[in-house]
Amino acid sequence: MVTAEQVWEALAEIPDPEIPAVSLVDLGVVRDVAVEGGKVRVEFTPTFLGCPAVEVMRAQMAERINELGAEAEIEIAAEGWSSDRITPEGRRKLAESGFAPPAPGAAPTTLLQIQEVISRCPYCGSTDTRLENLFGPTPCRSIRYCASCRQPFEQFKTL
Amino acid sequence: MSEDNLTKPAGSRSKGSVPESAQRILELADDELILGWRNSEWTGIAPFLEEDVAFSSIAQTEIGHARAWYELAAKELGTDADALAFDRDSDDYRCAPFVELRLVPDWAQTIARHWLYETADAIRIKALKASDDPDVAGLAGKIDREEAYHRIHADMWADRLREERRFTEALDSLWPYALGLLDKEQRDRLSEATGREQVEAVERRGHTGELRPLWEEMTMVRRSIPGAAW
Repeated sequence: MVTAEQVWEALAEIPDPEIPAVSLVDLGVVRDVAVEGGKVRVEFTPTFLGCPAVEVMRAQMAERINELGAEAEIEIAAEGWSSDRITPEGRRKLAESGFAPPAPGAAPTTLLQIQEVISRCPYCGSTDTRLENLFGPTPCRSIRYCASCRQPFEQFKTL
Repeated sequence: MSEDNLTKPAGSRSKGSVPESAQRILELADDELILGWRNSEWTGIAPFLEEDVAFSSIAQTEIGHARAWYELAAKELGTDADALAFDRDSDDYRCAPFVELRLVPDWAQTIARHWLYETADAIRIKALKASDDPDVAGLAGKIDREEAYHRIHADMWADRLREERRFTEALDSLWPYALGLLDKEQRDRLSEATGREQVEAVERRGHTGELRPLWEEMTMVRRSIPGAAW
């Protein structure tokens, strides 16, 4: 019989389809795991509603759970994802792979709020960085530029 | 006055077979899908690369929101999101004429619509967050936090173009359309937020001639290979 702990461990090995350096558990998209007999119910919450990786994540989670010999039921949680759900481990892995982790707290409502946040360059550690584009290659990322090492980098949006 | 515009009496375009609450959700979904499509028309041709990325990303988010609303309506109607998005005839879409307009390659008009839409949408989402239906209120809450980035982007551009004649003319010409996005009792709030007087709105009942060609392109694969998966 599979345990919830085993399921969490298995899910922690699934890389995010867009940023493979972090796992689905690191990103905080897995909300809850419940085991009932041979059935595993996972509640998950994709980062942005327009995230194209949702179906890939869902299929990968179901596959891992099936490998553990259980039936998978993957449901999208009613509550939305927040960037504060990224684990400390996840934040460390993001920074190591060149992504500035999101600033903590609620989503900003003005440009000023974004500009006031001190964002550290994941390459050289300088805080002399500026916002280049609110939008980036995926809905969850912005583009910043480091004036110190002259390296553009991606910043996870605060949501 | 109730903030919940999903409990309003049936509108002029309601069809007997579809419950009113689902019709209201379809309005939201269709607005976001069609506007998302229009925004995506800038992919590859925006005035500079940053805006190419911005409009592509905004389009993706809007279409994601459309999908979420379609999924909610589909639960009630016993169908699926793709069927609602792509299998209806263009006449059955419930989007406002405002989102149908094809504005490429006019940047001033595009920014004018973007700003008016995001300003109106914020008013609408705020009302939806207070809905009696927990699914509607919950989804509106998720969408609201994502839309914050669209609003910041739209405000930044509106601020930059405020004195430009082409931009103010675009606002004048699009204003009656923008009003048509909202329920009548929400329109004063849009006037207040934009500093513009009430005029006769282009209502959400007919369609412009610009929806049909978009629909033909958007549904082409679905219509030519029913059930195609990729």
